[in-house]
Amino acid sequence: MLLSLLIFLPIVLALAVTAWPQKSTLRYLALAGSILEFVVSLFVLIQFDQGSPALQLVEKRVWVERFGISYFLGIDGISLMLVMLTTFLTPIIILASWKSIDERVKGFHASLFVLQTAMLGSFLAMDAILFYTFWELSLIPMYFMVGIWGGARRIYATIKFFIYTMAGSVLMLLAIIFMMRLTPEVTGGSISSSILDFYKLQIPFIAGDFFTPQTLLFFAFALAFAIKVPMFPLHTWLPDAHVEAPTPGSVILAGVMLKMGPYGFIRWVIPLFPEASEHFSWLFIGAGVVGIIYGALVAMIQPDVKKLIAYSSVSHMGYIVIGLFTMNSYGLNGGLYQMLNHGISTGALFLLIGMIYERTHSREISKYGGLAGAMPFFTIAFVIVTMSSIAVPMTNGFIGEFLILLGSYQYSPWVAALSVTGVILGAAYMLWMVKRVFFGPKGELVLAAEKDPHHHLYDLSPREVLVLVPLILLIFWMGLFPNQFMNYSKTSVDYLIKNKNQYMLLGAGER
Amino acid sequence: MPDISILTTITPNHYLVLSACLFMIGVAGVLLRRNLIVLFMSIELMLNAVNLSFVTFSHSFGKVDGQVMVFFVMTIAAAEAAVGLALAVSIFKRFKEVNIRFFEHLKG
Amino acid sequence: MNHQLLVAILILSPLIGFLLNGVRFKHTNYIAAGAIATTAVFLSFVCSVLLFMDLVNAPENQRTIAVGFYEWFSVDKFTINVGFVVDQISSIMILIITGVGSLIHLFSIGYMHHDKGVTKYFAYLNLFVFNMLLLVLGDSLLTMFVGWEGVGLCSYLLIGFWFNDAAKAAAGMKAFITNRVGDAAFIIGMFILFATFGTLNIHELNALAPTTMEASWLGAVTLGTLMLFIGATGKSAQIPLYVWLPDAMAGPTPVSALIHAATMVTAGVYMIVRLNPLFVVAPNTMMVIAVIGAATAVMAATIGLTQYDIKKVLAYSTVSQLGYMFLAVGVGAFGAGMFHLMTHAFFKALMFLGSGSVIHGMHEEQDIRKMGGLKKYMPITHITFLLGWLAIIGMPPFSGFFSKDEILWQAYSSPRGHVLLWVAGAIGAGLTAFYMTRLMALTFWGTSRVDKHVHPHESGSLMTIPLIVLAILSVIGGWVGIPHVISESFGHIPNYWEHWLSPLMTKLPELAENAHGGHSAAEEWALMGISVSIASISALTAFVMYLKKGDAPKKFVEAIGPVYKAVYNKYFVDEFYFASIINPLVTGSRNLWYYVDVNVIDKATYKATDLVRGGGSFVRSLQNGNMQQYALYIIAGVAITLSLVLMR
Repeated sequence: MLLSLLIFLPIVLALAVTAWPQKSTLRYLALAGSILEFVVSLFVLIQFDQGSPALQLVEKRVWVERFGISYFLGIDGISLMLVMLTTFLTPIIILASWKSIDERVKGFHASLFVLQTAMLGSFLAMDAILFYTFWELSLIPMYFMVGIWGGARRIYATIKFFIYTMAGSVLMLLAIIFMMRLTPEVTGGSISSSILDFYKLQIPFIAGDFFTPQTLLFFAFALAFAIKVPMFPLHTWLPDAHVEAPTPGSVILAGVMLKMGPYGFIRWVIPLFPEASEHFSWLFIGAGVVGIIYGALVAMIQPDVKKLIAYSSVSHMGYIVIGLFTMNSYGLNGGLYQMLNHGISTGALFLLIGMIYERTHSREISKYGGLAGAMPFFTIAFVIVTMSSIAVPMTNGFIGEFLILLGSYQYSPWVAALSVTGVILGAAYMLWMVKRVFFGPKGELVLAAEKDPHHHLYDLSPREVLVLVPLILLIFWMGLFPNQFMNYSKTSVDYLIKNKNQYMLLGAGER
Repeated sequence: MPDISILTTITPNHYLVLSACLFMIGVAGVLLRRNLIVLFMSIELMLNAVNLSFVTFSHSFGKVDGQVMVFFVMTIAAAEAAVGLALAVSIFKRFKEVNIRFFEHLKG
Repeated sequence: MNHQLLVAILILSPLIGFLLNGVRFKHTNYIAAGAIATTAVFLSFVCSVLLFMDLVNAPENQRTIAVGFYEWFSVDKFTINVGFVVDQISSIMILIITGVGSLIHLFSIGYMHHDKGVTKYFAYLNLFVFNMLLLVLGDSLLTMFVGWEGVGLCSYLLIGFWFNDAAKAAAGMKAFITNRVGDAAFIIGMFILFATFGTLNIHELNALAPTTMEASWLGAVTLGTLMLFIGATGKSAQIPLYVWLPDAMAGPTPVSALIHAATMVTAGVYMIVRLNPLFVVAPNTMMVIAVIGAATAVMAATIGLTQYDIKKVLAYSTVSQLGYMFLAVGVGAFGAGMFHLMTHAFFKALMFLGSGSVIHGMHEEQDIRKMGGLKKYMPITHITFLLGWLAIIGMPPFSGFFSKDEILWQAYSSPRGHVLLWVAGAIGAGLTAFYMTRLMALTFWGTSRVDKHVHPHESGSLMTIPLIVLAILSVIGGWVGIPHVISESFGHIPNYWEHWLSPLMTKLPELAENAHGGHSAAEEWALMGISVSIASISALTAFVMYLKKGDAPKKFVEAIGPVYKAVYNKYFVDEFYFASIINPLVTGSRNLWYYVDVNVIDKATYKATDLVRGGGSFVRSLQNGNMQQYALYIIAGVAITLSLVLMR
């Protein structure tokens, strides 16, 4: 019941927020609700058994009997970390939107909670159709979030975002239906969409022939996830969506939604189609390497801070994809860890940019300069998060990036040699941006703010400190004591790697 | 002397060919003409072409069903003509127009 | 005392100092900030001394204190502990870092007292010491790398300390990114070594190092050590990654003394000495190191001849002296490299602090053309600087003489040395003597060219005491490692240095074959004499040129016009990097974005949507509201269906 509670509590909160009569206390309700949700997820964390790779806290009920579709939830180490990330970021997002979202507040919080349900659902669903339902459900609140509270070109961005992701998921739906038709082989006659039955399918793989079931199914699934990641060259929806999205939207998009792509790779693609994943790993690793370098280079010349961070996401997600497709323990563990890191550090970067945008209403790098003198605490926070983003040791980013690079070295030294350039380029674009925004003589905006008494460039407010402190603490905590986090996921990941060719995710009852 | 029995003997086929010709004339009228009244006339023509077929089959199979069907058709044709002409008249009264191209208000 | 606790205090004390100053970074009380920071580092120094004494008292084969704290992370076969090792090599390093560090902290209180960001400054400085200790004490390459990147970060923060000046902020960025290039190679080097040996623990790596030499260029150890060396060229400012160090002088002068002379920049040398069993089996790597070191020593010295900024001269001098250290480790004289590292830390820190005192006394003036005759205004600074000068140009019996002479002798006599390496070293020594004398002459001696509005004054005792201590160290620091030929003639003074380090230093395998390399004591004396006389002559020439014949330098410059111009502009290396790497990268990226993202990928998606839209509008045109046309479709459908059915 705990997982159902975890998934559906946000929906209840969404309804509560909509029905809440008092506008002034609405935000407090939302904040309290999201913290309650985080507490529930802490219960899940406590009940979780680190040592077991099995699915835990399983819930299974028949949903559509005729097609073997069940309401099947379960959690293992891979899901757990992403669930925690989701529930952890939501209160922060609500707190961050305190001032920046001031119209249609109800709608905003309701969308946010529905989105949370959808994301948690896709991390916890162990039934293909249920997973697909949550996967698609997540698009709708995101669509509204960008479309209603977004910037000037928001309609263009939402439509691009929507069409890209829909195009991918349609193929995935086809693949799911195709696989459901095969399940009677393993269930003894009845059709099923449970992931456990999918794992048993063992669709034969024929190398060299593209039009064979495993290859086609692999690409159908992989395309959906690759768009979500987003992998080069399917990434162009991301910068537009990020630039147009309001700050909370950007944070949740970068922080959690993008993780649904890599999660899909780990949960569905690699165990379902192990041979095809291995056979085509060069394709994905190649795209990852190109993504790292391309994203970094393109980020370097962006005139808009938010776009710069968006392209840096492309670069970071390239690392994650490489980590996953090396299919060794280092790469996968590192990839999973990097998913959390990226959620935290890029999320924090978007929050910080949102804060500065609230003050100056501009994101042009060239208009800034000398901000460090005006906002020292803000600068410190920004530099710390930057260090995490460029993977300086003792911050979380280093652990993930190092493990991924180590994994890629085992895959091929050349991949490691090429992707390590991302380390250099990452430092280049981030520090160059920091230099132009914070250092040097005072820029146009800072000077204007100094003249204008109503438009004061005040330093971090207590609320903003409250937003940033958990993230910064986590950056160091995850960098200094990574074992405490990795122990939750390591068993599951290592189990996956050892048994990927006959992967059986044991449910609690089937042990 | 050539055999002219093919011309003098009238078989069911002749009727059916005539029916088909009348029907096609009706179709062409419905598709091509713009005048509301002419359209009605064309529809009548098609219905009567069908009637002719019915009668022919009824005769050649020796069954009465076709003739019964004709009465139904005639009844419906009469009703349709009555309603249709009434509409046409009231439209004409209002718009002074019988060209159907004029009535495209529902076009998206 | 418990070793674990001692090491913990040693490392954490600067971190606590950083936190204490960091949380109150807006305060401007320089005494409080300086006291916290200096105490923190001094506490570390006390711990270092205690640890060092324990090592000294321990039996010779047990001089290693290894302490572990917790498992940092472990995945599959890769396990890294947060563990530290104090042994013969690292104990010397921590003494230098915390000892020289304490003096520089003390000096900073005087130097930075007028600065508004003084608390922030001391916080950064403590953070740097913390990271440097991690680098030095880390028991695995990865923990070393943590400090390695950490000091780079502090260097970035401190170079760009006065961030309102765009050029200074840019210098910090340049330092970080250049270091990152080296760090990337360092990471790859770690991977190669891990793939080969299955561990990154330094002790285990050294134990696992093969005993046979690896002749190929593509051997794992050769490649791995080469990659590590590229990392070292970044951190220790060697060709081709040295370009950041001269720009790093944008930071406050004590920072230059601590980070960019005494400690951080020597990290590369330290790393190689640390891993000497690995480097020994890769003669190709060693050759590269020696050649790069020698080339850097000479090239940087030539640039040093032409600079007018007092700190730039010292910066190029540092690059050049670091070249000497790499030359030493490249020919297998690891002990000599460490020796020079230490003496250099003394006299270069002294000279940087001295220059800081001058800059402070001259009210932020750094151009030596506007100085001269400062001797009478700043007597203590002058005397201490003079001692440092004698040490760096290698006059016996000052410290620099012993270490530099050891390096030159090894470059000549070691089986991996070469006469040309010695020649390069000797030329470098001559150039060093020349530019250092020039610096002395233009700054302290001769007639005053000081601007009328500037009144030079001697610095306060907070600044002069560190100078005096460092000056003493510069004089006597070399006496711990007196070479055999000299000690024999002065009644058997033992060479403490060699004796102390020898258990951790791998002998070159070639040496075992022919015992002493077949070089005689006479040769050593001769070479020593040659290098000292080169230095003396060259110093004397400089003295004459800049003090006695005022127009001689000008004439000389005119005579070699274009060459001078090239050297003065640092051989246009920065310009070359900009033109060949950075600018193409930036414009290339812009084109990449414009052509790939905007024009190819987006256009392709637009084309796809156009296709859908085109299909849609075709279908829409069918449904046009024309009843007659609908009827036509019905009839066409009937006709087609009928014909299909009938013609079958």
